[in-house]
Amino acid sequence: MIQFRNVTKRFGQFTAIDDLSIDIFEREFFALLGPSGCGKTTMMRMLAGFETPTEGVILLSGQDIDPIPPNKRAVNMMFQSYALFPHLSVWENIAFGLKRAKMPKQDLKERVEEMLRLTRLEQFAHRKPHQISGGQRQRVALARSLAKAPKLLLLDEPLGALDKKLRQDTQFELMDIQEKTGTTFVIVTHDQEEAMTVASRVAVMDHGRIVQADTPAKIYETPNSVYVADFIGDVNIIEGRATPNDGETYRIDWAEGQEPLTATSAHPFEKGQACHFAIRPEKVTISSERPADAANAVQGKVHDIAYLGNLSTYHVELANGTIMKAQSANTRRISRRSYTWEDPVWLSWTATAGVLLAD
Amino acid sequence: MNRLSWFNAVSLTLGFAFLYIPMVILIIFSFNESKLVTVWAGFSTKWYGELIRNQAFLDAAWVTLRVAVFSSTLATILGTMAAYVLVRGGRFLGRTLFSGMIYAPLVMPEVITGLSLLLLFIGVGLDRGVFTVVLAHTTFSMCYVSVVVSSRLITFDRSLEEAALDLGCSPAQAFRLVTLPIIAPAVISGWLLAFTLSLDDLVIASFTTGPSATTLPIKIFSAVRLGVSPEINALSTLMIALVTVGVITASLVTKRAMVRQKQEEQAAARAA
Repeated sequence: MIQFRNVTKRFGQFTAIDDLSIDIFEREFFALLGPSGCGKTTMMRMLAGFETPTEGVILLSGQDIDPIPPNKRAVNMMFQSYALFPHLSVWENIAFGLKRAKMPKQDLKERVEEMLRLTRLEQFAHRKPHQISGGQRQRVALARSLAKAPKLLLLDEPLGALDKKLRQDTQFELMDIQEKTGTTFVIVTHDQEEAMTVASRVAVMDHGRIVQADTPAKIYETPNSVYVADFIGDVNIIEGRATPNDGETYRIDWAEGQEPLTATSAHPFEKGQACHFAIRPEKVTISSERPADAANAVQGKVHDIAYLGNLSTYHVELANGTIMKAQSANTRRISRRSYTWEDPVWLSWTATAGVLLAD
Repeated sequence: MNRLSWFNAVSLTLGFAFLYIPMVILIIFSFNESKLVTVWAGFSTKWYGELIRNQAFLDAAWVTLRVAVFSSTLATILGTMAAYVLVRGGRFLGRTLFSGMIYAPLVMPEVITGLSLLLLFIGVGLDRGVFTVVLAHTTFSMCYVSVVVSSRLITFDRSLEEAALDLGCSPAQAFRLVTLPIIAPAVISGWLLAFTLSLDDLVIASFTTGPSATTLPIKIFSAVRLGVSPEINALSTLMIALVTVGVITASLVTKRAMVRQKQEEQAAARAA
């Protein structure tokens, strides 16, 4: 539905978007994820029409959107600050876009009521934006941007201003609404949890480029680079040199005097090629004895314990000083915890638990 | 609350005495029975009656009012446009120069503004009268309006305008339906400022007016040169009353709006 073709955007000397090509499909919930300044907001503003690409084209349903001004695009945006019109009531805010489109009065009324129902704002219709709470304002902004039934809805950090509990509720609400309306959503966020929760596809951005665009599960389980592995969630990264064994497994020599690790990799490595082995803490098992059948096992002692209630993250210092994190569910009460500070422990994982990444 | 120390009390008294004694004296003597301004001969409102019957003063008041309304309206339109372009127009060649130049009339001596306008009007052969005074007042009060409006525009959330565009407004509609209603208080106070500036201007008006259009300040000034009459005192008292009522109303209205908005926001936060 949307195609970015070699899009570059420069602001003076600064390159915000660097030769970027990506397709976004119909009915998709697409998230642009990245640290601030990575170009995600610029991408969104180009879709809305507030910025024009320096080079390249953006196609919406096969049509170049560059010459179309923002008010003529079948694209609506929900702003980070919500940008509700303070002098208009909730009802008038939602009706604003419909009035501009010269919708007949009766249809307009029905459409606004429908939007109010969808966002559960019926009893606030005649309040002004400053008379309602932050979460309600956010829903008004959503209702207003959905009212014109755009082909594409852009959401710029829509939940940034809400507290955590409200944010989580709203995330599910957003997904519900997206399913109900069938609109293509593109959301910009720097919160990886949010992107993973709501989106059907996530694009991780860095310095104006998309590093990886894939489903949340694939982004998490098989990141294609150290950057993505590190940006999404918690990860242990071990540097080493790969050597192919027979079949799909590789031997990784990672430290002087340490047993080499074994890992599988989908893409090939040459003998002796530098690599990064990335493994998520929850895929590392902690035990006091060396497990007999583990493909990989390293010894160390507990350096620190982060107690998160449902989970504990153990920071284990290995013989060569490397800190590795292992996470386990707290199925027992804290007083009966098996390991404590300075305890010698074994960390183990299977050959397929981690991913092998090139530099 | 601490009580005022004697030093603060004296400072306060001195300061306010300095500011208001002249006006108080003027108001008292406007109710003087005697024709001699400085001799008190008992209370009377007869000079107010005289004033109403004085056609020359009424004419001058009418001219002043017309000039003030027209010039402040013109100045508000032009000043708002200028402010909008200077704040929103992005970087264009000479923007800094322009924004400097629009504020220059603020510090320009009135005599010079008046003289240059007079030369211009003579140069283009414009008959001096109400019209030229309106033009002159627009010229010098427009920069005040643009200062007031641009300070509001600087704090204006730009995404509101973008939202309006996004929802299908043309840039002109976005300005009319979103920007203007929100900055309206600043535009109105700009208008009021321009109005009062025009109301009491003597210097520029006397340079640019002709025999057909005598404004109130000019009339008062020329009347006083023949000696202060109790009528003038009465007139001035009325003007003071007008300004006082205006200022008090304006501040009460803004204060109440602010208090109400605050209460409603708190109520919304509690309800959440």
